[in-house]
Amino acid sequence: MPAIPSHVPEPSRTDPALIRNFCIIAHIDHGKSTLADRMLQLTGVVEQRQMRAQYLDRMDIERERGITIKSQAVRLPWAPTDDKGNTHILNMIDTPGHVDFTYEVSRSLAACEGTVLLVDAAQGIEAQTLANLYLAMENDLTIIPVLNKIDLPAAQPEKFSEELANLVGCDPDDVLKVSAKTGLGVEALLDKVVAEIPAPVGVKDAPARAMIFDSVYDSYRGVVTYVRVIDGQLNKRERIRMMSTGATHELLEIGTNSPEMLSADGLGVGEVGYLITGVKDVRQSKVGDTVTSQHKGAEEALGGYKDPKPMVFSGLYPLDGSDYPELREALDKLQLNDAALVYEPETSAALGFGFRVGFLGLLHLDVIRERLEREFGLDLIATAPNVVYRVVMEDGSEHTVTNPSEFPEGKIDEVYEPVVRATILAPSEFIGSIMELCQTRRGVLLGMDYLSEDRVEIRYTLPLAEIVFDFFDQLKSKTRGYASLDYEPTGEQTSSLVKVDILLHGDKVDAFSAITHKDQAYAYGVRLVAKLKELIPRQAFEVPVQAAIGSRVIARETIRAIRKDVLAKCYGGDISRKRKLLEKQKEGKKRMKMVGSVEVPQEAFIAVLSSDDSAGSGKSKK
Amino acid sequence: MEHMPSALPDGEPVPADGALPASALAGAADRPLGFYLHVPYCATRCGYCDFNTYTATELRGSGGVLASRDNYADTLIDEIRLARKVLGDDPREVRTVFVGGGTPTLLAADDLVRMLRAIREEFGLAADAEVTTEANPESVDPAYLAALRAGGFNRISFGMQSARQHVLKVLDRTHTPGRPEACVAEARAAGFEHVNLDLIYGTPGESDDDWRASLDAAIGAGPDHVSAYALIVEEGTQLARRIRRGEVPMTDDDVHADRYLMAEDTLSAAGFDWYEVSNWATSEAGRCLHNELYWRGADWWGAGPGAHSHVGGVRWWNVKHPGAYAAALAEGRSPGAGRELLSDEDRRVERILLELRLEEGVPLALLRSDGLAAARRALADGLLQREPYASGRAVLTLRGRLLADAVVRDLVD
Repeated sequence: MPAIPSHVPEPSRTDPALIRNFCIIAHIDHGKSTLADRMLQLTGVVEQRQMRAQYLDRMDIERERGITIKSQAVRLPWAPTDDKGNTHILNMIDTPGHVDFTYEVSRSLAACEGTVLLVDAAQGIEAQTLANLYLAMENDLTIIPVLNKIDLPAAQPEKFSEELANLVGCDPDDVLKVSAKTGLGVEALLDKVVAEIPAPVGVKDAPARAMIFDSVYDSYRGVVTYVRVIDGQLNKRERIRMMSTGATHELLEIGTNSPEMLSADGLGVGEVGYLITGVKDVRQSKVGDTVTSQHKGAEEALGGYKDPKPMVFSGLYPLDGSDYPELREALDKLQLNDAALVYEPETSAALGFGFRVGFLGLLHLDVIRERLEREFGLDLIATAPNVVYRVVMEDGSEHTVTNPSEFPEGKIDEVYEPVVRATILAPSEFIGSIMELCQTRRGVLLGMDYLSEDRVEIRYTLPLAEIVFDFFDQLKSKTRGYASLDYEPTGEQTSSLVKVDILLHGDKVDAFSAITHKDQAYAYGVRLVAKLKELIPRQAFEVPVQAAIGSRVIARETIRAIRKDVLAKCYGGDISRKRKLLEKQKEGKKRMKMVGSVEVPQEAFIAVLSSDDSAGSGKSKK
Repeated sequence: MEHMPSALPDGEPVPADGALPASALAGAADRPLGFYLHVPYCATRCGYCDFNTYTATELRGSGGVLASRDNYADTLIDEIRLARKVLGDDPREVRTVFVGGGTPTLLAADDLVRMLRAIREEFGLAADAEVTTEANPESVDPAYLAALRAGGFNRISFGMQSARQHVLKVLDRTHTPGRPEACVAEARAAGFEHVNLDLIYGTPGESDDDWRASLDAAIGAGPDHVSAYALIVEEGTQLARRIRRGEVPMTDDDVHADRYLMAEDTLSAAGFDWYEVSNWATSEAGRCLHNELYWRGADWWGAGPGAHSHVGGVRWWNVKHPGAYAAALAEGRSPGAGRELLSDEDRRVERILLELRLEEGVPLALLRSDGLAAARRALADGLLQREPYASGRAVLTLRGRLLADAVVRDLVD
């Protein structure tokens, strides 16, 4: 049984000197959730019998994929081992673990004074962890390096202590060794959090300023907003103001999580908790925004607020056109809880009515698509993901292209595409194949560092579009799964980009249009045309399948006209069977999509747009 | 021309006495009536065959009823008598009789003649009735043919398939090349007015030259009717398994199309005219009237295991197994396994899918507006002939014949 600390300070009446705000930076399966579970138990906030694995991960989909998408904050009372009478308040802020949510990670980090850097003692640090570590260092957070899973036979604590010490700039002996699974070393870690992480500093008497680091939609309570109070105090039942929009709301409830929501009188300097105002949409309570009191509120917002900006777009279409209203409803519902999800209706000549949906990145896309299919029971066709292009015409006009089929015709001066700074961590034996992959994806090497004797960090500038095209799968397969990848948007560059159209019998198929570098256009065209020839059944007439840049055809195949479609025999015993076959064929015909005069089976769209070996497929499996 | 696919459709049950709804017999006098008699026995099963046929000479049904090749004619005659009861006071004489299989000529000639006699006794045969049997070239001789002719048969159809030994071998046909042509001469000598040869093209391993040789040999034998079928590889047959295992190659559809065009060229040059997708005759009188009953929605009674019947918009089919078939008749029950009552729309669709295969084609009046639009497109695409179209009929061109199923799919809209 954990010792229940005595004299636990109450929310709104907690001395900032007793508060420690920290987060845990870790790679997907390095044990963050298990460590959090142990902390919940040791601090007594969750009774043993209520404990379930990965307590804090709410959504099933997160639990199944072993990833954390939404962060939360838990208030943990902890009396340090050498100072039992002095109960501290530890606010553990959970950070999203993925590349697509860098901005959310940065806000979570901004709510903390320190971080636990948790690394698997058998695997060493991964690229996303490293990226988040750098982010934490930029935020001047105190870093506590910890190796987890030291009970595993494959653990190499010496090697990876060295690696962490090099990265953090400490002594290898200062790296804590724990097993979140058995609980070994976790108390020492909690003591170290109290000892090393600075207490928050704020102005008690100033107008209230609290930073939103997360915002979650709950179907019973509306939006639950997680904040860290910087200055002043927020009190229950007062009116508050969102500083980015000026919108005001009544504070229906304020409180902390332990880990279930517990209402309180207010939150003071340095404290972390939740607000409920009754709003129904997370867009009204944006991550990074500053909350202040309506009456005598702050003049100046806290820095660092950014609107979420979608980086990757994909067209989502219901397989069955009559599901379109359901798809709209499902997106509306998901958007309540996802400020980064944007969409607008779009019509494709080939796929019918659907939506062009913008995502933060590939994982975001995958998660949304999976939720649409699983939670809402929709069967979808997703077009190959693409990035946002800025096209400047010779006459100076400018177009923002989120759908390749909208790429402008006519005299183009420059095309700009987003670029990212990619960080790849891998065993050094794979340097050659990683570089080769990055070169073929138009990468520019920025630098390379050895993290330890046989592990290397490689940095590249890459067009985001190249990462969106199955880059991660390729990277994994070329490094037998050992490489990890992180990237962050760094701006845009001009490139020789062209739109490749696919024409069936002379008609453009909008869903297959793609924007590629001109050196890759030919290969893309040849691959896609060959694939379509294989997938589209022979028609009553010859069907040329062409890939073209503007009016210039770069690849062509021909689907020969079908010459025979007749059963040789039709006698007395065949008639019933033949009529039934005809009915079946008519049903099959209804499922064909007409592209001009060509009947294209839906399977052809699905195969071309979603299969891994297809041209330009971008399905990622992170 | 073995007629019977082995899989039976789904349908509602047939009443034990086989009774038909009154609607089926309304206006019957205006429709010709035919009989199909199925003989479900073969000496060996061919690798491509999925018809309802058995190589055992004795098959036992429920209740220990023995269905044997020796008493088969008697069992079938029982069904002819049942037909008489079901059709009641229908005054029609029978216009056509067709004995198919299986291999009808595995039965004694007298068995076939007795079955025909039962029809004559129960219904009466029209004076100009067409009476056909299928025959295996190896199981007939001049005496057998003479006995059939004397018993009232006037048309005979030989399964020739190919003139090439290696092609016959892939098909598991046991006759020697040359024998079917000799049969034509023997049949003519026995007094058969009408003789058909069945050919199969597109057998794995068959070349254009092989096919040309088969056509030339068939024409040279002097039949007045030729049926030429693309080989259909049915699931579940020995041939399908051999193709799946890669032992023999699958024939490409384009090769089938080429062979069909060769057949049309060669046969028409020799004075044969097509009158149905897979059938050619030297004169109107040489056409198979019985098959035309199928294609024109007339009535026929199919007797024998697995046989299909149609009377006035009711289609039904018998149980497949000869043992079960014999047991039903022994108990005085109808051997019908299932039936379907066709709606007006079913009948319209059937007329389109059947009549479009014929040289006379489909009246445009049968089509709805979408179907008419499709017909106009088919005309523009060269799949329908211009002149008949102008006079209100959809008639396939040569290219259209090869795409008949695709055209049907559009015309029924």
